[in-house]
Order: sequence, then structure tokens, then C-alpha cells
Amino acid sequence: MPETATRPEELVRISYDPPPGDWRGSPVEFRKGTFCHAAGAKSVRYLELPNPRDWQPTDQDWKLPPNWKEIILAGMKERLERFRSFRLFMDICVRCGACADKCHFYLGSADPKNMPVLRAELIRSVYRRYFTTAGKVFRSLAGARDLTEDVLKEWFYYFYQCTECRRCSVFCPFGIDTAEITMMVRELLNLVGVNTNWVLEPAANCYRTGNHLGIQPHGFKDSIDFAVDDLEDLTGVRVEAPINRKGAEILFVVPSADYFATPHYYTLLGYLALFHEIGLDYTFSAYASEGGNFGLFSSHEMMKRLNAKIYAEAKRLGVKWVLGGECGHMWRVIHQYMDTLNGPADFLEEPVSPVTGTRFENARSTKMVHICEFTADLIHAHKLKLDSRRNDHWTVTYHDSCNPARAMGLLEEPRYILRRVANRFHEMPENTIREQTFCCGSGAGLGSDENIEMRLRGGLPRANAVKYVRDKYGVNLLTCICAIDKATLPTALAYWAPGVEVGGVHELVGNALVMKGEKERTTDLRGQPLGQGAEAIHA
Amino acid sequence: MKALVPLAAILGVAGLAYAGGLLPGTRALLGVVLPYAAMGIFLIGFSFRVVRWAWSALPFHIPTTCGQQKSLGWIRSNPIENPNHKAGVAARMALEILLFRSLFRNSQARLEEEGPRLLYAENKWLWLGALAFHWSLLVVLVRHLRYFLSPVPAFLPALDAVDGFLQIGAPQLFVTDAVIVAALLYLLARRFANGRVRYLSLPGDFFALFLLLGIAITGILMRYFTKVDLEGIKQLALGLVTFSPLVPASVGPLFFVHLTFASLLLAYFPFSKLMHMGGIFLSPTRNLANDSRARRHVNPWDYPVKVHTYQEWEEEFHDKIASAGLPLEKERTRA
Ligand code: SF4
Ligand code: SF4
Repeated sequence: MPETATRPEELVRISYDPPPGDWRGSPVEFRKGTFCHAAGAKSVRYLELPNPRDWQPTDQDWKLPPNWKEIILAGMKERLERFRSFRLFMDICVRCGACADKCHFYLGSADPKNMPVLRAELIRSVYRRYFTTAGKVFRSLAGARDLTEDVLKEWFYYFYQCTECRRCSVFCPFGIDTAEITMMVRELLNLVGVNTNWVLEPAANCYRTGNHLGIQPHGFKDSIDFAVDDLEDLTGVRVEAPINRKGAEILFVVPSADYFATPHYYTLLGYLALFHEIGLDYTFSAYASEGGNFGLFSSHEMMKRLNAKIYAEAKRLGVKWVLGGECGHMWRVIHQYMDTLNGPADFLEEPVSPVTGTRFENARSTKMVHICEFTADLIHAHKLKLDSRRNDHWTVTYHDSCNPARAMGLLEEPRYILRRVANRFHEMPENTIREQTFCCGSGAGLGSDENIEMRLRGGLPRANAVKYVRDKYGVNLLTCICAIDKATLPTALAYWAPGVEVGGVHELVGNALVMKGEKERTTDLRGQPLGQGAEAIHA
Repeated sequence: MKALVPLAAILGVAGLAYAGGLLPGTRALLGVVLPYAAMGIFLIGFSFRVVRWAWSALPFHIPTTCGQQKSLGWIRSNPIENPNHKAGVAARMALEILLFRSLFRNSQARLEEEGPRLLYAENKWLWLGALAFHWSLLVVLVRHLRYFLSPVPAFLPALDAVDGFLQIGAPQLFVTDAVIVAALLYLLARRFANGRVRYLSLPGDFFALFLLLGIAITGILMRYFTKVDLEGIKQLALGLVTFSPLVPASVGPLFFVHLTFASLLLAYFPFSKLMHMGGIFLSPTRNLANDSRARRHVNPWDYPVKVHTYQEWEEEFHDKIASAGLPLEKERTRA
């Protein structure tokens, strides 16, 4: 776990009163712990993106191309024509400030430029200067400013302090979505080779091997086999987990962390147990072995390049439809972008659950179903035998991951599942869940170790709500359906709300699932003894 | 500073307009040329900007969902906050436009170092202030129709009666007159008093508020506090809309300040954030149905991109795939 020397009490010694003076003042200072390292030349080159070189944000000279300014302005012009969202959001903000204290980075850092409205003003001011009459004529009086290298550095700093969580857009009276603006600025920065390693290295890996971690086919097979063995040890049931199998009914795509990181791994065990139990005819793919898509954090073009594998593989394998695992940003891409980017998927069939016969009409065009939709349907149709007491050692809360909540509205499915596989479930306060959920603070490619201070700051609002239910109800497990959450919330919770673990919804499904021929379960999927919790609830 | 320049500009305009209203040579300029020019700028500018938005493509389907999606039949979805049909979208937009739904969610966060604890309190004042201002403005504008229409349509006196229901003062006090000033003062005070909002405000934000206040105050002065020649004003207004402009001698200088302010607002409108009036209808996070998995949305500027195909992948990892015992498309003959 990354270390930070600062104690929580010190980190919250912040004031929401802004500093005196004007925000268009001093250049940004790259303070250790609050920014991500630059992308190495290797990844940039592999992806054939512009201006590969080795550099760091702390360098005086960023080695920009000599005509960087023209490139950025031309890029802006193009995007203003291509994205109505961009032009509109540049034009109609009234600076009412309703979004200001809705951003977790502002709440945790009190840096006024982390108010969504000011984050947007960082580029809006440049937009006014070069693209509006008022700005060209009245300059600073109209809120316009020149594009300089300092401004570019400021963009880099603050648009990599936005996790594209869209919480601000819930509160804005015009639905201005700062995440959308962040996506535009990151695209622009990519045009001149300003990008971060934590985004581009996984993207390059994913492009080459099929997944963020760069795991090659044999490694992928090993990981899955390992999980199969593990599951057998835990449950006494030997399951099959086919890979690249042609003719399977369903292609199953998960974020790569599920088979390579903890606590994600326990969720993978949960999927495997579930699929075995219902006799699902499915296959993994080693080529499309990543559901996540860091293109969402760099450019629409990259998103399309990486996402293409899913449909291509579904077609090659001849499956009927695609099922997707627990991942947040992956689901934004699948739900809102995939069909447009790489569809139409007319070679697939409208998804139907082979177990219940339910038609997933909401996915009839994309042909990809969320695992929570799938499992909720199974439970509702009484197709699973569940012993929820096996989760009695957990007192559970549920964290809505930003994208499934605000870019999909997948709110009830996971809750329905949780309430049936666990006996002790408590919600966090209203304005921190569902569409108002707080980000983990590390999404959109900000989860790197070097960015730890900013991550902890951004994680404060979420963790603080967790602490509330920890103290009030004794919550000791936060469940979620996002790989980035699972990777980064343990750090944030250890810091702000120690004693609360992080797990997946399907981990708890796997715990509760009574499998045919299983041995008596003495542990959960983590190998932790079951027990005292169960007594407590029956006492 | 951010507020001073706009304030000075507004006061300057007021002074000039008052003086202009006294001088015979400039009365026609202020009473005829200026309103026409302003209206022209407004109509052309407003349309231009709306058309430019509309011309910008809508490549992706990006609604912000604020409620349960429509998925499994037995899960109750939220058809308004997360609409899946046009009707739901219409309802959502109506709520946004008429009642400022999203602003109604507003809360206020506070951090207590003890704990630390983040606390959130209800805060509906901004919503209330904004709603009060916009609705009063609408009613006031509609009431002004009686200057532009002859004969006055029947619903206008009825509206006046409702608006004047308090029945105080002579001439009778219109509630909206009081509310609009109060709301504008609140919005202005908030920009000054709330440190955060002051910090992020631009001169234009103050300019718009001062200008609107200027219009409201001159209007109120004319209605309640000074004697103005309403007949003359109506002649002028009717003249403008019937394209037979005239400036009756009886119209006093205060009216010219009011009219100049109104013209300035019209002319300023297309160049400013006031365009949110048109923009709110086009916001893609609000006006799209959340049906992107059920209906394919087409990106008009879509272009092919470079991908790493399965064949290339198998080529690169051939031996590893083979050694892992995974199926291959192309068996490679070993050399
Ligand atoms: S809530 Fe919307 S309009 Fe208000 S300041 Fe934020 S982005 Fe601008
Ligand atoms: S999208 Fe999220 S992180 Fe970005 S500005 Fe809005 S609230 Fe903050």
C-alpha cells in the first residue's frame, strides 16, 4: 500500500474559503503526491500517438511540439464542431456555483480549481479568447485569457484531478457534465503528447495483449486455472472455465483485475461458482480479456480502438451474446458508447437468459448484459439456492460506482442481489449513494501510487460516509461493482475508515451459493472462517 | 473590481440614456433606432448560436441518469429521472425548465475537522431565488404585452388581477415586481457574500444582474413613484411593433433609461451566458433517453480506426497460445 506521511487530521486542515485574489494568477505547482507521472515514450510510440518522449510534469521544459498552440486550437475547433456537448457546455454555464461543493476533489482538497465550474473555466476562458466575439473583443473583462504553456500545465494538473465521475452534472441546472469537458481536454493534451503513464501504459498493454496488465494468453489461462483450483479447494466442486471456445452461447468479459488482483479475485471465484451451478454455456476470451477501457480516459478514438475487440471476438467465436462482469467505467463504455463505436452487432442475438428465458430487452441492440442484471433475474426466478447466513460475518454496505449509477442507472439490481445473499445490509446516507454517489477518488486513470495524496483527498467524501455506517451499524464490508473501486478503495478506507474491507457483489453471491455436491463450507471465498456472525444473528 | 466595472458601465448607460431622453436630437435614436437594432442583434445572434449548437454533432448518447434504469420488468424504473422513452424525456425536460429540478437537489457541504466529518445540509435558497426570478420575469414580460397589443387581449387584465392580488397601494402592487427585485438582490448578494461564488464570478455575471436590476428598478419607479405618460409609452411601443415608429413628446427621460437598459439586455444576450435560455433545451445529458443499449445511436462523423486484430494477436502470441493448449485459428507448421 502506498505510504503517506500525513495523518488524516492534518490532511483535513483545509478551508473552503477561497484564497484572496483572482484565480487566473499564479502558475500551478506540481506538488509531490498530487499528480501522475507522464507517459513513457514506449507506450506513446506503441499506440502511435503524437510526440513520444521522456518527460515529467515537474520538468521546466515539457518538450512540446513547436506549434503546440496551433495544434490545440485546431483540436478545439474540431471538437467544438464534433461534440455538441462541448460547445454547449462552453457556452451556457451561469456560474451559479451549484456544482462547486459536489466534487469529491474539492471537498477533500478545498482547492477552488477543483470546483467543477472552475475546472471547466480553465478551458472555457481559452474558448472565449479564441472562439467567441465577446472574448476576442473584451478579453479578460469577458473572462477570456490567452493560451500559454502555464495554462496548458494547469490543464494537465486539474483535468487529471477529475475522475470523470459526473456527480457535478447531476446538480447542474443545465446538466453541464464536467466529465465531458475533462474528456475533451485530455484529448487535446494527447494531441501534443501530454499524457500520463497510468492511463497510457494500460492502454498500450490492452491494445497489444488484450488486457491492461499485459498478461499474455498463457498467463491468462494460468490465472483462470488457478482460480478453478482455488474454488475446488474452497467448495469441493470442480468447475470448468473455458477460454476462446468457439460455439459457446455467451462470451463473458471481465475487467482484468478480476483475475489478477485482490479483492477482485474473490468476485471472479463467485462468477465461476455461479456459472457452474447454472450450467452456463460460456467462454472467456484471452484476446478480449479486458472489459475496462482506458480509452475513456484518453480519447474517443482510443476508446474505439480498444473496445473493438469485444465485438470482433464475439463474432469470431460465434457466440449469441455477451455478458459483462463487475466494472464501472467499462460499463459506461459498453452502455453509452460501444454500439455507436463498433456496432451494429447484428451478428449477435437479442440476449435471453438460458436459465430463466428472460429477454434482456434493454440490451437488445448492444447485446451485452450486466452480470448484476443477469444474476438478479436468476434470483428473482428462484433459480439459485442461497444460504445468506454464510455472509453473516459481514455487515455490508453498497457503494454505487459512478458510471453504473450516473451513466446507466443500475441501482436496484445489485441491491436486490445483496439483500438476498447477505443478512446485514445498511445503506450509507442518502446524498452519498445512488445518483449522488461519491467517487472512490481514483477513477479515470488517477489511481497511481504517486498520486496518493490527491487520491486520499478525493476519497474522503466516500470514505467518510463509510465511516458513518461503520460506526453506526458496524459495517465491515463495502461492496461495489467496479474494478477501480476494488483496487483503490481499500487504500482510502484504511486511511479514513479503518476496519472496513472491500468486496464485490458476486463475491457474496459465491459465498451464499449452495452448489450441488459441495463440501461443507467452513470458509468464505477469501478462506476466512465462517462463524461467529451466524450465531449473532440467530441469538 | 469584478463588480465595479460592470456597475460603472450600467450607471454610465443610465446617465447617458437619461440625458439622451431629455435632448430632442437623441430621443429618436434611443426610442427607435436602438430598440430596432437591439432586437435585430438579439434575433440574429440568438438564432445563430442555437443553430450553431444544433450543427454541432451529437456523436454519443450521454444522458446523466438520476434514477433506476429500465431493465428487468419487475424492477421499478424511474421514467422521469432516467427516462427510456421520449415521453419521459419530455417530462424530465419540463421539470428542468419549469421547476429547475436539478437545482432543487442542491445541498451544502461542511467539513468538521473533528472526526473528520463531512456534513451535508439542505440548501434550497439558490433554487428558490432562481425560480422566483425566472418566473417573475416571465410574468412581467407577459404583462408588458399590453403595451404592444391593441386591443389588449382579455387574459392580460386577468393576469394583472392575479398578480395584484395583495391589493395594496395605488397603483396596485404587482407581486412579481416585488419578487423579481428581491430575487435579483438575493442572487447579487449571494455573489458577493458567498466567498466561493465571488471567487468564481466573472464581470459578466455582475453585469447581467446589474442590468436586470436596472430594468426592474426603472420600471418600478415609473409605475409606482413617478408620473409617466402611459398612453405615450404605449404609442411608442405600438409604433415599434407596427413598424410606424414615433416618439411622443410626453414620454419622459426615465422611460428612456428603462428602454435603453432593455435594449442593452437584448443586444447583450446572444454574446453572454444568458444563452442558457436556449441551451437548456439542447443539453445532451438531459434531453436523451437512456436507451443506448436498446437502440443504436449513430455517430455522424465516425471514422475507421486502427485496431489490433485477432489475427495479429494470434500471430504475435502463437506459441504461447499453443503451449497453453488454447485453440488456434491457424496452426503454424513448425519449421
Ligand atoms: S452548476 Fe452548472 S451552471 Fe452552475 S456553475 Fe456549475 S456548471 Fe455552471
Ligand atoms: S466529473 Fe466528478 S471529479 Fe470531475 S469535476 Fe465533476 S464531480 Fe469533480
